[in-house]
Amino acid sequence: MSGYVHSVTLDREKCQGCTNCIKRCPVEAIRVHDGKAKIIEERCIDCGECIRCCQNHAKIAVTDTLERISEFDYTIALPAPSFFGQFREEKDINKILHAFLLLGFDEVFEVALAAEVVSYVVSQYLATNEYKRPLISSACPAILRLLQMRFPDLLKQVAPILTPMEVAARLAKEGAAQKTGIPYDRIGAFFISPCPAKVTEVRQPLQIKKSAVDAVIGASTVYRDLVKQLSKLKGQDIVLQRATSRGIGWGYLTGESRAIGTPSTLSTGGIQNAIDIFEEIERGELQDIDFLEVQACTGGCVGGPLNIKNVFVARVNLKNMVTKYKTKDPYFSEDQLRKFDEEDQFRSTEVVEPRPIMALDDDVSKALVKMERIDAIAATLPGLDCGACGAPNCHALAEDIIRGVAFDTDCVIKLRERVKTLAEEILDLARKLPQTMADQKGTGHGQEEDISSA
Amino acid sequence: MIEPCVSSAEPRFQLDYPINESDFLAAGESASKTKKALQQLGLKPEVVKNSAIIVYEAAMNIVIHATSGRLKVIIVRDEVVIRAEDTGPGIPDIELAMQEGYSTAPHEIREMGFGAGMGLANMKHCSDELIVESEPGVGTILEARIHLGQKESPREIR
Ligand SMILES: Nc1ncnc2c1ncn2[C@@H]1O[C@H](COP(=O)(O)OP(=O)(O)OP(=O)(O)O)[C@@H](O)[C@H]1O
Ligand code: SF4
Ligand SMILES: [Mg+2]
Repeated sequence: MSGYVHSVTLDREKCQGCTNCIKRCPVEAIRVHDGKAKIIEERCIDCGECIRCCQNHAKIAVTDTLERISEFDYTIALPAPSFFGQFREEKDINKILHAFLLLGFDEVFEVALAAEVVSYVVSQYLATNEYKRPLISSACPAILRLLQMRFPDLLKQVAPILTPMEVAARLAKEGAAQKTGIPYDRIGAFFISPCPAKVTEVRQPLQIKKSAVDAVIGASTVYRDLVKQLSKLKGQDIVLQRATSRGIGWGYLTGESRAIGTPSTLSTGGIQNAIDIFEEIERGELQDIDFLEVQACTGGCVGGPLNIKNVFVARVNLKNMVTKYKTKDPYFSEDQLRKFDEEDQFRSTEVVEPRPIMALDDDVSKALVKMERIDAIAATLPGLDCGACGAPNCHALAEDIIRGVAFDTDCVIKLRERVKTLAEEILDLARKLPQTMADQKGTGHGQEEDISSA
Repeated sequence: MIEPCVSSAEPRFQLDYPINESDFLAAGESASKTKKALQQLGLKPEVVKNSAIIVYEAAMNIVIHATSGRLKVIIVRDEVVIRAEDTGPGIPDIELAMQEGYSTAPHEIREMGFGAGMGLANMKHCSDELIVESEPGVGTILEARIHLGQKESPREIR
């Protein structure tokens, strides 16, 4: 598919051409060619698994930088709920929010606050709609992309409701436009992101035509500058902090389910777990579950590849904050939440379409022929799944050969066999050729032996 | 016993899974592999999904109710054919077994979440044609056929 731009890319300088990432990629989207890793764009779901496992730090997420602030008349930082897990509890959220202003933003809006709105909208949807169980969360864009590719049939079970990031951007920009009189499109919303998937989601949104988010900055990109500003901060009289534990908890797995409050939910993190559970749902199981919270990252967004702290440390930090803000009164009244819901403005407007890129050919009978050839080739490969060929396993190499992007001699074992056969042929020829001349010039094998033995 | 469906025409594609006794993971794995292969062939999502369900349920029945068996997924002409053969106790009353909710699964199997008596009914629902033949004390052969052109259920508008 042309024009499918990804956030996850390769730093060619740093890539050593090892096989770590090709083996770890859950959708087999990476190959090593000419000693460098190459991401197959149409297959990548931006989960960031390769960023996590690359020891040479050659896999990077292309995100925006703070410089983009200058492009707008007014800017708003939108830190993800998981961002606060990067700090110890004593650093309270209000202080962290103030530090964003010192970085140059005019305003800061917690995505956690929007998560409370989304929680309400989803809970109303569950209560008042006929839907196929379980309703699948739309919050993780890497999961949506996985569904498009591998579970097209489950797309219709995805909640037709916008993500907290999107809702936050809209609420923040509308509020700022009203307050300042600055036109909406001169206001920049900067999402502070735990993951590359959100970058792709903003550039190519699936549930809506155009995202209200203007820039996505990786959590790790702002972290150091922010910590510096934090140490400079004294007391803050102005209270910027508005979210309660209902929204803050969205930063880790189970937080979303809890916030929605439906009794029968299932929460899962990690791509392999997601695949297992989607397979069960596709078979018609788990129909007693109302809502499926499903995230690409183990532990939820605190485990996002662009975060700094270990996922479990971040989880504890965030949990402490959830406890701290438990008794806080919600910022949006029940009436206001109901109004948001009734206006339907946070519903998705686009149908998420399948992307059946697994097919070997558009024509089934041609695909069948290719499949037969793949199986035939795979049968001749050694089955070591070593990855030295640059494909994640022998079968993937066979597929690549048929797709015309690899050769059987990419397999080191195959290559050795070929070299051996060739060498034997050469030896054979070497023995044969001189025979006719041997009688004339007297340089046959037998004579050599005679000389050496003399 | 039903004749192997493939004898009449050249199969274009074949997956073959042995199903061993008490191998509870076999069903999920064969369903998952079937799904991947059929997706690569570019079959309709509905056909892929239904095939995976049938493979899963048929394999599960072998694991739970029979001793051991084999499962084949074949494409002949314009159909996916799923054929499950086992050696085991067989099904004395097939019509009864096909009924929703009928199950002879023992207590411990129900504890594991199986044995709702929905498997065969579900397979029937997912296929265009389902034939079950069984000889008590010998084994069971099940053959499900799904037309490649099976109609996709219309997308729900939201
Ligand atoms: N391969 C088989 N060998 C012997 N008996 C079988 C076989 N398959 C099904 N049966 C019998 O038919 C009954 C109904 O099968 P069915 O798959 O519909 O339900 P189940 O396996 O009992 O429960 P579920 O599939 O919902 O977990 C079984 O309980 C069993 O008695
Ligand atoms: S779980 Fe959260 S951090 Fe991870 S990919 Fe999904 S949205 Fe991004
Ligand atoms: Mg069954």
